[in-house]
Amino acid sequence: MEQLEKRMVEKTHVSLEGVSKSFSDRSVLKRINLQIERGEFIAVVGKSGCGKSTLLRLIAGLEQTSEGIIKMNGTALSSLNKYSRIMFQDGRLLPWKRVIDNIRIALPKEEEKKAIETLQHVGLGDRLYDWPRKLSGGQKQRVALARALVHDPELLLLDEPLGALDALTRIEMQDLIEELWKDRGFTAVLVTHDVEEAVAIADRVLLIEDEIISLDQKINLPRPRHRTQLDFSIYVEEILARIMKRKPYTEQMAKRDMETVSV
Amino acid sequence: MLPSIKGSNKQLIPWLVPMLLLVCWQYLSWVGIIPQRILPAPLEVLQAAITLLSTGELYEHILVSLGRALTGFLIGGSIGFFLGLFNGISKYSELLFDTSIQMLRNIPHLALIPLVILWFGIDETSKIFLVALGVLFPIYINTYHGIKSVDKDLIEMGRAYGLKGKALFFIVILPGAMSSILVGIRFSLGVMWLTLIVAETISTHAGIGYMAMNAREFMQMDVIVLSIVLYALFGKLSDIIAKYFEERLLKWNN
Repeated sequence: MEQLEKRMVEKTHVSLEGVSKSFSDRSVLKRINLQIERGEFIAVVGKSGCGKSTLLRLIAGLEQTSEGIIKMNGTALSSLNKYSRIMFQDGRLLPWKRVIDNIRIALPKEEEKKAIETLQHVGLGDRLYDWPRKLSGGQKQRVALARALVHDPELLLLDEPLGALDALTRIEMQDLIEELWKDRGFTAVLVTHDVEEAVAIADRVLLIEDEIISLDQKINLPRPRHRTQLDFSIYVEEILARIMKRKPYTEQMAKRDMETVSV
Repeated sequence: MLPSIKGSNKQLIPWLVPMLLLVCWQYLSWVGIIPQRILPAPLEVLQAAITLLSTGELYEHILVSLGRALTGFLIGGSIGFFLGLFNGISKYSELLFDTSIQMLRNIPHLALIPLVILWFGIDETSKIFLVALGVLFPIYINTYHGIKSVDKDLIEMGRAYGLKGKALFFIVILPGAMSSILVGIRFSLGVMWLTLIVAETISTHAGIGYMAMNAREFMQMDVIVLSIVLYALFGKLSDIIAKYFEERLLKWNN
């Protein structure tokens, strides 16, 4: 009981302390320190191969740290993170199980009703008994999302889940994820290569570069966010500029304007 | 583009060629182009079947042959399946056994007939042993390969969602390997009949092969042809059964 109270009170949900990861002799992440608050939505961006997926897999407990520790609710992870559920880029549905049975794979018998409810939440209440092969890419990811959420995880890990979807489906899915996050109040970490997606959905955007977190940007925009807002574009442009190692377009513009004035 | 074929026709068309062959064969026998001593007419073969059935002889031979085939298949099939399973799942088991199995696999099992006769004599054991040995390797190879080629990402997903041990095996690994295992079963059913035909010509006192060898002694061409037809029918029947299981177990893929 006391422990539970402590857990509820504790603000920091996930914390990485001096986490390094290397594969054989290739170092991917170096002494990462990171605190994620309960209920926060974090987006991790970076060029492909920068280690952002590795960071997520470390938090999920699918990989073990080479150095440092990852704490979940204040206790160090030793293997699989049982408080988290992960959603993969390629969905990874079992093709030989119907939609509803894909949701149920690790669900205790007495909670089977929840499978149907969760599928209704993601808008697939009418596809319960279809084979995954019959679904579109977006629908498959909805099933994968429902499969992750049916366990009511405290922490939802999203590994580029929308990367393979077309632009319209992607926006639809972003809205769905945001809505479910607001409803259910889980903590979320989204890995993405789409800076606009990160700014649209996250409280904080992290940039991983040269094995470290080189940028930790709070996004102070009210929700729902609109991509056409000037502030929104400035955030996107600034983060993009950091990734591409060039000056933000806004600054360049300002500078050019100044030059014209001075002439 | 072919016009779509109606359901009932779809069932009938595959039998057109065999039927036509039978009719031609019967006709050629009637007019005397095919001599009786070379090949008896289909109706005579049917007559032989009816006679043998009425005495209960045919029934007994079929039962004996089916018994041998099934016993051998079950023994060899289970050994092959479990070896494939263990070697597919465990690295140690694979290291320990796979090389030896691959060596044994390359010996044609029918080459062992002289040895098998010396070991087990000419009674049931030798036939069942040969069938089991023949069936073992196709099932082993395909099970092993099937388990090895299960999508690693799906296994990782299963683990990430808390599946392990038995649950992981039955929910992810076995269904993932199933199509390959069924290919092995279908292939080994062919091997099963082939082995049985050869094994039953080693001296026995019952079975379809014995019936054929015995008929040879008395120049009963109709009985010889009947036993060949029986093998063809059983081959087709086992194929139908295998196909049925394929359709049931792999219906997610249709």
